Amino acid sequence: MLTDRMLRRVVPAISAAATFIAIAAASTAAMAQEAQEQYFGIPSSRVGPYSAMGTGYYGGIIDYLNYVNMKGGVNGVKLTYDECETEYNAARTVECYQRLLNKGDQKMVVFDTLGTPGAYAVIGRMAQDHVVLAQYGYGRTDAADGRVWPWVFNAAGHYWGQIAVKMNYIAEKEGGVDKMKGKTIVHLHIDTAYGREPLPAMRQIAKDWDFKLIEIAVPAPGLEQQSQWLQIRKEKADWVTFWGAGSGMNSTAITTAARVGFPREKMFYVTFGGAEEDMIPAGDAAKGTYVAANAAPGKDYPLIADIIKVVYGAGKGNMQNPDRVGTVYYNRGVGAAAMWIEALKNAQQIHNKVGKTVNGDEFRDGYEALDVTDEKLKEIGILGMSAPFKMSCAKHDGSERFKVMQWDGKKFQILTDWVPAPDPAFIRKLIEDSAAKFAAENNITPRKCS
Amino acid sequence: MPDFWFFLEVLVGGLLSGTMYALVALGFVLIYKASSVFNFAQGAMVFFAVLSFVGFMELGLPFWAALPVTVGLMILVGMGTERFVLRPLVNQSEDTLLMATIGLAFVIEGVAQLAWGVDVRRLDLGIRDEPINWVMDKTGMLVSQLDVTAAAVAGIMVAALALLFSHTKVGRGLRAVADDHAAALSIGIPLKHIWMLVWATAGVVALVAGMLWGARSGVQFALVWVALKALPVLIIGGFTSVPGVILAGLIVGAVEKIGEVFIGPFFGGGIEGWAPYMLAVLFLLIRPEGLFGEKIIRRV
Amino acid sequence: MLYREAGQFRTSYAQDSQIFPLRQDRVGIIIMLIAAVMLPFVANSYWLSAILIPWLVLSLVALGQNILMGYAGQLSLGSAGFMAVGAFACYNLILRIDGIPFVVAVGLSGVCAALVGIVFGLPSLRIRGLYLAVATLASQFFIVWALDKFGWFKNYDPAGVITAQPIVMFGHNFATPREKYWVVLAIVAVLALLAKNMARGSIGRGWMAVRDMDVAAEVMGFSLLRTKLQAFAISSFYCGVGGALFAFAYLQTVEPSAFGIDLSFRILFMVIIGGLGTIMGSFLGAGFILLMPIFLNIFFHTVFGKSVDATITSALEQVIFGVMIIMFLIFEPLGLARLWQLTKERLRLWPFKH
Repeated sequence: MLTDRMLRRVVPAISAAATFIAIAAASTAAMAQEAQEQYFGIPSSRVGPYSAMGTGYYGGIIDYLNYVNMKGGVNGVKLTYDECETEYNAARTVECYQRLLNKGDQKMVVFDTLGTPGAYAVIGRMAQDHVVLAQYGYGRTDAADGRVWPWVFNAAGHYWGQIAVKMNYIAEKEGGVDKMKGKTIVHLHIDTAYGREPLPAMRQIAKDWDFKLIEIAVPAPGLEQQSQWLQIRKEKADWVTFWGAGSGMNSTAITTAARVGFPREKMFYVTFGGAEEDMIPAGDAAKGTYVAANAAPGKDYPLIADIIKVVYGAGKGNMQNPDRVGTVYYNRGVGAAAMWIEALKNAQQIHNKVGKTVNGDEFRDGYEALDVTDEKLKEIGILGMSAPFKMSCAKHDGSERFKVMQWDGKKFQILTDWVPAPDPAFIRKLIEDSAAKFAAENNITPRKCS
Repeated sequence: MPDFWFFLEVLVGGLLSGTMYALVALGFVLIYKASSVFNFAQGAMVFFAVLSFVGFMELGLPFWAALPVTVGLMILVGMGTERFVLRPLVNQSEDTLLMATIGLAFVIEGVAQLAWGVDVRRLDLGIRDEPINWVMDKTGMLVSQLDVTAAAVAGIMVAALALLFSHTKVGRGLRAVADDHAAALSIGIPLKHIWMLVWATAGVVALVAGMLWGARSGVQFALVWVALKALPVLIIGGFTSVPGVILAGLIVGAVEKIGEVFIGPFFGGGIEGWAPYMLAVLFLLIRPEGLFGEKIIRRV
Repeated sequence: MLYREAGQFRTSYAQDSQIFPLRQDRVGIIIMLIAAVMLPFVANSYWLSAILIPWLVLSLVALGQNILMGYAGQLSLGSAGFMAVGAFACYNLILRIDGIPFVVAVGLSGVCAALVGIVFGLPSLRIRGLYLAVATLASQFFIVWALDKFGWFKNYDPAGVITAQPIVMFGHNFATPREKYWVVLAIVAVLALLAKNMARGSIGRGWMAVRDMDVAAEVMGFSLLRTKLQAFAISSFYCGVGGALFAFAYLQTVEPSAFGIDLSFRILFMVIIGGLGTIMGSFLGAGFILLMPIFLNIFFHTVFGKSVDATITSALEQVIFGVMIIMFLIFEPLGLARLWQLTKERLRLWPFKH
């Protein structure tokens, strides 16, 4: 009979023992691995405050991997993956990174943390472990300097480019850069490093164009933005660039703006703050909000439509709610995964390993060789969804082009084509300065790029 | 707009926000008052309650049917908590019970995401979150309709619960149980029923708070953190005082907003996060039990 | 049979007041330490960097929390804030003082954390119990906000998330997981020994007197001011050292968001499940809380694999974690340390029943 006393001893003892056994099994077991399977480690964040983002993004990645498999793999090489829950937490991301690193005798070749905190936590290990950190529209901006960061890429455009594009669009809407003189722009942001990212670039632009820049911080979780918006009203701001995180903060900003009567048509959201999950809870109030996009939403891109037909048709779709296919985060995930596969193809090509698996160094070369033209995008089926770009030894960032879209109450209307940053040289200089400073502080010798 | 009116606007906005915090804090006070348990899972309960409510509506139930169904669900949650978490831990220390409620919070959050998924949802209560026009016209101040409604609801709930505790037989039973479990048992007060009633009421309060917050900020995981906003209210008002909760809520809301707008810019903003807590600490230094809390008498 | 004190006589005060009076215990500890030092030669990199190093570091922080909560009875939810102070202090010390050995930097950052701890411990002189817990949340939020807001702490880094410098001592760069593990092991072992001695000595007895009945303690002549602030200071020292190690040996970044309130709660769990008021409990609790989510994650991925949606398994993990905590509290409220103690007592009698 299981008495209370026995339970007292047994329960904790069993859990402790089981824990050790499980960890031992997980880390030392040589899992059956076919030589023709390329392994990917996926640090998903499916629960917690950023779950909407995580399920969409990683769902897109997983669907694309399955899709590629269903179409015969990459030159016959099938793709496998393992997931690990990070809850969008830096410490858990590090643990997941370690756990996912090796599978059998294969090492993962690429890691995508969907977020700046996670990226920073693992960025120092990439060079040692020979894993590519494929940032996609987030993360360490100055890693765009490939001489200091050979293992880090950002294929989707970073924040400094994004803010420049936005300011340009605002200027256009106001009637020209000369009309910006004397205007008041508020940068409403979450009170973290991520929220303050665009400030150095913004301050410079404010100086050059002679407008007043007001920086207002919102402490997390930002469910209550009364004081910030009353300030915005008092300052009679002309435009508000919003850099929030988490759908609570993002939708609250819209509803509070509605409450103080600030027109949504003068609000410009960041790529990580403006998705369907952020607009829908705000209801009608969200109509008119502008959002920058590095991956355009929509179900009618040939690839997305095909994924619905092939993957969801076979019942293997990863999204619990299939309506989320084609949303902003989903498409961003598909875009990110598409770049992995293109890099894989490049790697196989460059190193004469067509039909075989590649290792980290080879994958890195493949990623660096990415030359995604409009034709290539059409071939993949995402022309118009992602922007064309070319990587190089020194330039590890993508096209630095963004589309501007506007929420119409039901979905996003894409207003422009790929808008480039107005002064890429200026941004590149900022990046190189920052990277050089980092290299000096950490005794890194930047590699030479011909 | 002249500065005085702006100050008043911020103040009124702060007072109204404060009542929203007070609503959440009310749940804590109820449970603490009746069973001396600090229910850290209250935030999770707010989230679960409103998520289930919206979930039921999505499944097809109309507004007025979903409401009692959700209330029933919350009563079940309360009863389950009392039966499976609190009763086995009945004589343990305060710390243990606190930990148990934190564990409970994890469970409720996980179950909420399991049952209803992780999508973000809208809640439309029919009250627009827009300024009241005649106030706007007369004074130029911005006072939101939703905020005023929330304040009214909070006020009514607080009044009702205060009356319950002080003037009804059930209320007296609740207070007796809070004072001394053993003595209450010995005079025949049904302990289990009382506790179930309290937890059920706290669940209903959680639902109301969740509906108002959800209408304002969307129904999503971040709602769990409104509990963190309510803690300073609890400290200042005292853990055991129902009317104290409203007064403390007003104080916290006002100080938080005025502080953020007028003092915050000197520091670069963002002081909203810790200012109410600092205020609470200052209050405690003067009155360690909060404004209306019961004086803690210790026998050596 | 083996674990008996028959034949071991103590003939001096020194022998009588040893930490490990039984020879078997002493032998056991030495074996354990040798095993711990030799471990990197058999364990793979995942075990070292993802399990052992964070376990040691978090045990240290749990020790600090235990000193404050378990021995001195001050309920505190601000441990992650003090960790943050330690981490940033270490970063700034290494940055601004050229050539400072890592151990010295860590020690000094512990001192910084202790000073901050004293300041935020002042309310404990007036506030008790649950109210103090919520008051310590004030320190948690304020510290993290201040470290994030004022750029000086981060050396005005535009990125805002700083990479921790390498661990350099005596000219050697401790870069591999193995070397980091040894550094952490050494620091944690020394500090744990110190804590054990403090707990057994008059300092610890003073804390326990204050915990049990502070009015009576004051009557007996304990200065409440000194005792409580001392507890806060020493506890924050441990948390600060733990924080510095957490940032430098584990995460390799120094950022305020890693030291949020959820980390404070995790440490609280570690202390309660491990056993309040015990040194062993900090280590056991840290192991449990660290390994349980990992175990659940691996378990579900192995059992269900791809057949069940990963969102469901992630949510299930959360539920089960909460349930386990509750079950633990119901079945063994005194924690894992108590279980260990009971085991040892059974061993002393084994193979006899009583």
